[in-house]
Amino acid sequence: MKRKYIQNLGFGGLFLCMFATLFFLGLIIYFITAKGAKVISWEFLTQVPRAAMTQGGIAPAIIGTFYITLGAIFFALPLGIACAIYLCEYSPKSFVVNIIRISINNLAGVPSVVFGLFGLAVFVKLFGFGISILSGSLTLGILALPLIISSAQEALLAVPQSIREASLSLGATKWETIKRIVLPAALPGILTGVILSIGRVAGETAPILFTAAAFYMRGYPKSIFSEAMVLPYQIYALMTEGVHPDRQRAIAYGCSFVLLFIVLFISGIAIFIRQRQRTQHG
Amino acid sequence: MDKQIKMRVKNVNFFYGKTQALKDVNISIYANQVTALIGPSGCGKSTFIRLFNRMNELVPNTGLSGNIYLGDLEINEPQIDPVDIRRRVGMVFQKPNPFPKSIFENISYGLKVNGIRDRDFIEERVIQSLKRAALWEEVRERLQDSALKLSGGQQQRLCIARCLAVETEVILFDEPCASLDPISTAKIEELILELKKDYTIVIVTHNMQQAARVSDCTGFFLLGELIEFGKTQDIFTAPKDKRTEAYITGRFG
Repeated sequence: MKRKYIQNLGFGGLFLCMFATLFFLGLIIYFITAKGAKVISWEFLTQVPRAAMTQGGIAPAIIGTFYITLGAIFFALPLGIACAIYLCEYSPKSFVVNIIRISINNLAGVPSVVFGLFGLAVFVKLFGFGISILSGSLTLGILALPLIISSAQEALLAVPQSIREASLSLGATKWETIKRIVLPAALPGILTGVILSIGRVAGETAPILFTAAAFYMRGYPKSIFSEAMVLPYQIYALMTEGVHPDRQRAIAYGCSFVLLFIVLFISGIAIFIRQRQRTQHG
Repeated sequence: MDKQIKMRVKNVNFFYGKTQALKDVNISIYANQVTALIGPSGCGKSTFIRLFNRMNELVPNTGLSGNIYLGDLEINEPQIDPVDIRRRVGMVFQKPNPFPKSIFENISYGLKVNGIRDRDFIEERVIQSLKRAALWEEVRERLQDSALKLSGGQQQRLCIARCLAVETEVILFDEPCASLDPISTAKIEELILELKKDYTIVIVTHNMQQAARVSDCTGFFLLGELIEFGKTQDIFTAPKDKRTEAYITGRFG
């Protein structure tokens, strides 16, 4: 009886934890939707802002968020995968490589505002890209890099040795084996890392604060060297600056709602690709 | 045994770190014959068979001395690319290990990495390999399905077909039936007998009846040493060494 009691207690505890997690997640979605959904209109999504952000829409910020997020993934994904392949498949298991691994993991723990300052010093000033989409994308890309590397590494390590051996035994070279067998098999796992990093990148404020963001633009960014309006920074600015705090607050919730939606949308695409990969090969 | 020698192993020692796994092994593998390697678990026979296609190089911290010849070619010479050896010496592994791709792609893969681009040729070779591996009738309607949907026995025959498609000269079987049921095992044994017309075959097996059924020559390994090697018939009816006799009569192992 006692063992059964303890087991039930255990299950109960686990259930409560899961419930608490779902509860807060639900609460966040509920509040953002309740407060944000009412300002959403066709105009809000497609117009440029007018009258110091209190009228018109937030289209430039939506576009800017897309540009910068995709830009960051564009930089971080090939670099991260290449790095993971090197660490997993090519590097000798040495002391130096272990140090590199540990450094990458530590990089994931660096506060994002530090990345922001780094981006300002290196991309904006040193490389002379200025405050621009390019600088913001690069900064966020570096922020996403450790996430992508570590998830790609795990995905590569999870590919069974037996199918690498099968490929080599058929006369494939190591590179052919990696390219045609290991990478496709690891892709679903790598995409999981991409999903996570997209969520992180799209929502970051601090790294773009000094590298890319503009509070108020009447039009759309012209090139990758333009500043851009970006949703997370927009929310921050609407809540702390400006001259019409009351009207701005409603718009900030609207922005939050849109941002939440964008992150879900981008993640949805990655999940869709991953699911397709799994059903094809699973 | 006046047959032509296909592969020859001379004074081979092999080490995992400081542990010696093979001790001064000498053996000749005859062309178009089935050579079985038997012995208890951990005796080094799987390690041994992986020397023939330089598979042990993938294991870090190993050491090898002695010579292994494919025809007249010393396969471990530094200027020789293991890729070229593996194109001539194929392998079927203990556990079926199909790629997580379609049945068709599993077989065409070896052709593609060997530089063949002609689609008609590839398709023809895929069909021909599946037929030879006695799998064609079972999969002809679903070549685009994932290979992972096949049963264990079918997967193993797919792996054999995959190996046949690249037309190697030697095929190494490393306990190919270890994870299969008796019916699948019988099919694969039948296949091995059929294949020896065109290939030289080396098979590692735990199953002594299997060795007796399929092989022409048998080698008995114990603790990294090749104890006895000869015609299968002789090994099983009149073993020269007491340890071989003890093993085949089931007194240990």
